[in-house]
Amino acid sequence: MFRKVLVANRGEIAVRILGALRRLGIPSVAVYSEADRAALHVRQANEAYCIGPAPSAQSYLNIERILDTARRCGADAIHPGYGFLSENAAFAQACDEAGITFIGPPASAIRAMGLKTEARILAHHANVPTVPGTSESLTDFAAARQRAAALGYPVMLKAAAGGGGKGMRAVYNEPALEAALRDASSEAESSFRDASVYLEKLIERPRHIEVQIFGDRHGNLIHLGERECSLQRRHQKVIEECPSPFVERHPGLRQRMGAAAIAAARQAGYYNAGTVEFLVDEQANFYFLEMNTRLQVEHPVTEMVTGIDLVEWQLRVASGQPLPLTQDEIEWRGSAVECRLYAEDPERNFFPSPGRITRYDTPFGPGIRLDSGVQAGYTVPLDYDPMLAKLAAWGSTRDQAISRLRDAIARFTISGIRTNLAFFLDILADPDFRSGAIHTGFIADWLARRAKPTPTAQQEIVAALVASLASQAPAAPPAPTAGSPWRTTGRSAQLR
Amino acid sequence: MKRLIQSNGRSGLLEFTREGSQLRFRFTWDDGAHDTGLCEAVETAPGVWSLLWEGQSFEAIVEPEAVIVNGARIAATSLDPRNWSPADAHAAASGPARVAAPMPGKVVRVLVAEGDTVEEGQGIAVVEAMKMQNEMQAPRAGVVRALRAAAGDTVAAGEGLATIE
Repeated sequence: MFRKVLVANRGEIAVRILGALRRLGIPSVAVYSEADRAALHVRQANEAYCIGPAPSAQSYLNIERILDTARRCGADAIHPGYGFLSENAAFAQACDEAGITFIGPPASAIRAMGLKTEARILAHHANVPTVPGTSESLTDFAAARQRAAALGYPVMLKAAAGGGGKGMRAVYNEPALEAALRDASSEAESSFRDASVYLEKLIERPRHIEVQIFGDRHGNLIHLGERECSLQRRHQKVIEECPSPFVERHPGLRQRMGAAAIAAARQAGYYNAGTVEFLVDEQANFYFLEMNTRLQVEHPVTEMVTGIDLVEWQLRVASGQPLPLTQDEIEWRGSAVECRLYAEDPERNFFPSPGRITRYDTPFGPGIRLDSGVQAGYTVPLDYDPMLAKLAAWGSTRDQAISRLRDAIARFTISGIRTNLAFFLDILADPDFRSGAIHTGFIADWLARRAKPTPTAQQEIVAALVASLASQAPAAPPAPTAGSPWRTTGRSAQLR
Repeated sequence: MKRLIQSNGRSGLLEFTREGSQLRFRFTWDDGAHDTGLCEAVETAPGVWSLLWEGQSFEAIVEPEAVIVNGARIAATSLDPRNWSPADAHAAASGPARVAAPMPGKVVRVLVAEGDTVEEGQGIAVVEAMKMQNEMQAPRAGVVRALRAAAGDTVAAGEGLATIE
């Protein structure tokens, strides 16, 4: 096992990895940007070093600085988490060259799966079905128009270097193609510094189901079952579950998807944790979408159902140990559902809502798990993704898991910033969601059809009474902090 | 004690008296309706109130311009009538509405032109912030004036993008 592990990430995932290291008794090292000095991951690590200013490009993406920190503090392995450098083949290779273990797949596998266009060719060689589309990037609008016409509308534009829903646009007819191509390219350029996009046929009302795979350095590869991630908003997953209610209803589908995922991973020479994403149509045909060569955000639901600590397995496998279990020993028990908590305002078109968290009363109860990177008093910085935490619930049935999750959400109080908590409360109560009749367009449809919740007359009166009581005895305002953009916004709002 | 009330879009006058935790109240709503009652109100933590009213338990959290009652966010304000001016009320209801960037970001695209007539909720500009592209929408129907946003502009928090008249 490792002497000391550096966690090259921030937020809830850094906190999650530090927890696994603590439980294994391995000393941990956090790195942080100047915006994150007070963050939870800095406080929970045994050692912590500043690696640069707030912008990610100068801190969490600064390969030289991170490697230099690892060398100087004597860390012999680096866990990249997800996002940032986790799928950067150059970083994995630089770690190898520096004699530091990269806790993840080999650089060659990251490279093979990194470009979605190349990953599609690889899947094809492994006899894994892919969505019909172009296997090379589009050069210009004329080429896009010709290829889209040949495929037939609707089509999907996707960033070749993509992930996380950035640089994706659905196009339903030719007049919309030019603007969509421009948007997708510019978003791809700003997110991945690579403007290239390609085309796929749009499968209508598909499900997004992914398979967790795990391999060791001795050639063993197994799958840990699927996760259903069909509930997405703007191509970003918001609710994930294990097992998929759709796979549960189709005998043999889990085994077939698992075998396909393993075949794709084997073709890439893969080891450590990885996830093969599939689109599944209403007839239970599945198509390879891409492979995420890292730990997924939504890994907790798999952990809750299999009882496996995936980060612990990542550490064991990276240190050269064989997989702790064989395929036949993997068991799935009950059901787990997770929601991603964002600092965003559902009442204002989900606009990000950073700022200072004044209250953070977390829920607990049977089967509840909270992976959180924040606490009361913390200011959510502007510089990073607005995800704060993941709240998950396990139950012996899917229905029990959902009821537990709703109850936990109702008991979760966050003040100071807006979050999407109330949105989950409504969507988890939806009869179609509860029956498992979901697809990737579910949330967009649901937002369009739902009635705006109306408070009762009693709640109106209570709100008026409490607003009056609070304005009678104003609490002392916190001391102003110079240069805080929230304060400036607040002031200018008052001035107008 | 008298307060001018706005709660969930409803406005009116609240008169109340407090004796310890006992709160006796009378609402005279602008639509002519009345609500009177007696409840018990305790501040259990700064900004968190527990109300017992006719046997029912309400948990209310105070936020700027809003109160969260049992998880439901309700826009609510309470003003001292002595500080109230008719001009403020008129401006709030019908004056020009500003479309501002709520945080630092970059204008990706402008969706309207000066002088366009827009519906409430119609997109005015797309601003990229916290790695996401977000559509800034018209707070009410009207005509686009003072359109200052241009694609590629960097905007500061609170900076005006346009005014809807």
